[in-house]
Formats: sequence, structure tokens, C-alpha cells
Amino acid sequence: MDMAIEAQFHVLAVDDNLIDRKLIEKLLKTSSFQVTAVDSGSKALEFLGLQEEEQRNHHPQEMEVNLIITDYSMPGMTGYDLLRKIKESSSLKDIPVVIMSSENIPSRINRCLEEGAEDFFLKPVQLSDVSKLRPHLLRRKAEEEEEKPKRNIRKRKTIEESLTHMLMEDLDKFISIEDIFGELNYEFSHKRWKFGS
Amino acid sequence: MEVVQMQRRFVEYAASLFREGFLDGQFTQLQQLQDESNPDFVVEVVSLFFEDSEKLLNDLSRALDQQNVDFKRVDSHVHQLKGSSSSIGAQRVKNACIAFRNYCEEQNTDACLSCLQQVKQEYSLAKSKLETLFRLEQQILTAGGSIPIMME
Repeated sequence: MDMAIEAQFHVLAVDDNLIDRKLIEKLLKTSSFQVTAVDSGSKALEFLGLQEEEQRNHHPQEMEVNLIITDYSMPGMTGYDLLRKIKESSSLKDIPVVIMSSENIPSRINRCLEEGAEDFFLKPVQLSDVSKLRPHLLRRKAEEEEEKPKRNIRKRKTIEESLTHMLMEDLDKFISIEDIFGELNYEFSHKRWKFGS
Repeated sequence: MEVVQMQRRFVEYAASLFREGFLDGQFTQLQQLQDESNPDFVVEVVSLFFEDSEKLLNDLSRALDQQNVDFKRVDSHVHQLKGSSSSIGAQRVKNACIAFRNYCEEQNTDACLSCLQQVKQEYSLAKSKLETLFRLEQQILTAGGSIPIMME
């Protein structure tokens, strides 16, 4: 599959420390990610909200964020607060979030993982940590691609079942079931029916 | 001086910085991230660190000079400095910050002032040593040589 070569993942990095921001940006770029770096949780949400709007207006995929990596200790909105807000948002909750922290506090780590964080990196973040992300995102993308046809089959089944039900209710107007399907078959084969997308 | 001699001087100096604990493995990480697309990466990040640290040290002096010291604020500044020094591999500065934070917790102004002195000293040393290292590097480059890659 060409996916490994073509896949361009866009990461949103959040850190209030200037040096750390420059470092994480370099680590991500070295690992072939597209990066947007912001210095606060609120700026991150602003960017994500903006990105959401662009998608609604059918703008190209360049704005889509595939992963968020955020520092834990930030003034105002902490990385944990940001994580919660993202998981509470119906449009953003599926974006994986990774937390970074200079402090190795097990209860903090657990809290984040329980809230839905994908992973927890101890600072200073290493290239080996960041290089773990790409295979993870590729796997996710592959799983999503696999899900699509399954979803379509399920959808079709639901539609077929509803149609059958509707037809059965009008049964007294028709002579037999074969006739119903016979007529439908005629209708279906002579007209183009579109059932959603 | 020949390029080879310059290179040897550079390697020996760098090795001494690691040996004496001024720099740790994180600095090597930074060097390994530097490439053709970003040949000045290390100097850029370290320059940012100098700028940022000087501001933080000034803020710290001011904060500890107040009648009623806001220890939360002091701790927050030290946390920032600890983070950045750790990120560039300035080990002794980082360690001085760790000690500092303990006294912030105790809300001990005198001890904090003493820690601040310690941090300033370590920072000053780190800055001068890194500047020397960069100067040695530049000498090699100017003479047309290449910088020996440091393996951990």
C-alpha cells in the first residue's frame, strides 16, 4: 500500500515554554510530520475550532489535525483541561491526544490515560518517543479505511430492512410478495436509486 | 592552527563539558537533530535559551525582592527555567533549579535567595562554556573543516 509514503500527518503541538516548543516542532518535523505549534490550550482550541469550520466549508484537508501533543503544566488551561475539552467535543474527541510532562507522577499519568490520552511522554521528549507516533497513526488510518465498507454494508442492510417493512404494510394492495419484489425489481433496474452516500 | 588540531581541541573541550556535568545526553540529542535543512539548529535553540533564561532570572530577582513574596510565582519561573535547561541539556542549571523548587515549597525567602545565586552562577558558567564551544566550532567551519559528530 502506498499509504506509508503518501500519508501526511498534521500534528498540533501545545507548550507554553518557548524552548520546548521549538524542540517538539523539530522532533516532529524530523519525523516527517506537518506541525502547527501554539503556546496555550485556548489557542489550540481556537485553531481546532477554526479547522472544524474550514472542514464544514469543504476546504482542503491541509488543516485537518491528526494528533495533538500537549504539555501538562501550562498556566490557565492545563494539558489535562485541554484533553478533557477535546474528549467532550463531539467533533474533536476522536483526535488522539498525547500528554508531555517533566514530572513523573504516576497518579497524573493515570488520570490522563483514564481521561482518554493516547500516551504520556516524559520530558525532555526524545526522537524515539516521537517516532512511535507514525506507525500508530498509520495503523489507525488503516483501521478507519477497513471500517468504511463495513459501515456501508450495515447501512444498506438497514435500508433494505426498512423498505421491506414498509412494503409488507401495504401488502393488501398487492397480490403476492413475489409481485412486490417483481415490481420493485423492475423499478430498481429501470431507475437509478441513490441511498445516501 | 591546522583543522585537525582545531577539531581535536573541540572534541576535548566538549568531552570535558560532559565529564564535568555541565552538559548531559540531552545536548547530544540536540546535536543529532541538526541537519542540512537546519544547520544552525543547536545555536538557535541555545540562543533562545540564553534570552529566555536571562528574562526569567530577572523576573526571579524582582519577585524575591518584594515585601510579600509570591512563592507560587517564583516557583512557576523556576519551573520554566528547569524545563528549558533540561531540554537543552544544561545539567547543572537544571539541578540548581530542582533544589530551588524545594525551598519555594517551604516558602523560605532567604534560602530562595541563596538558591537564586546558585542558579545564576550555574547559568553564567553554562553560558560561557557553550559560547566557547560554539566559537571552537565556528573556527573549524571557517577553516573549511567539518564538526566531529559526537556519539553518546
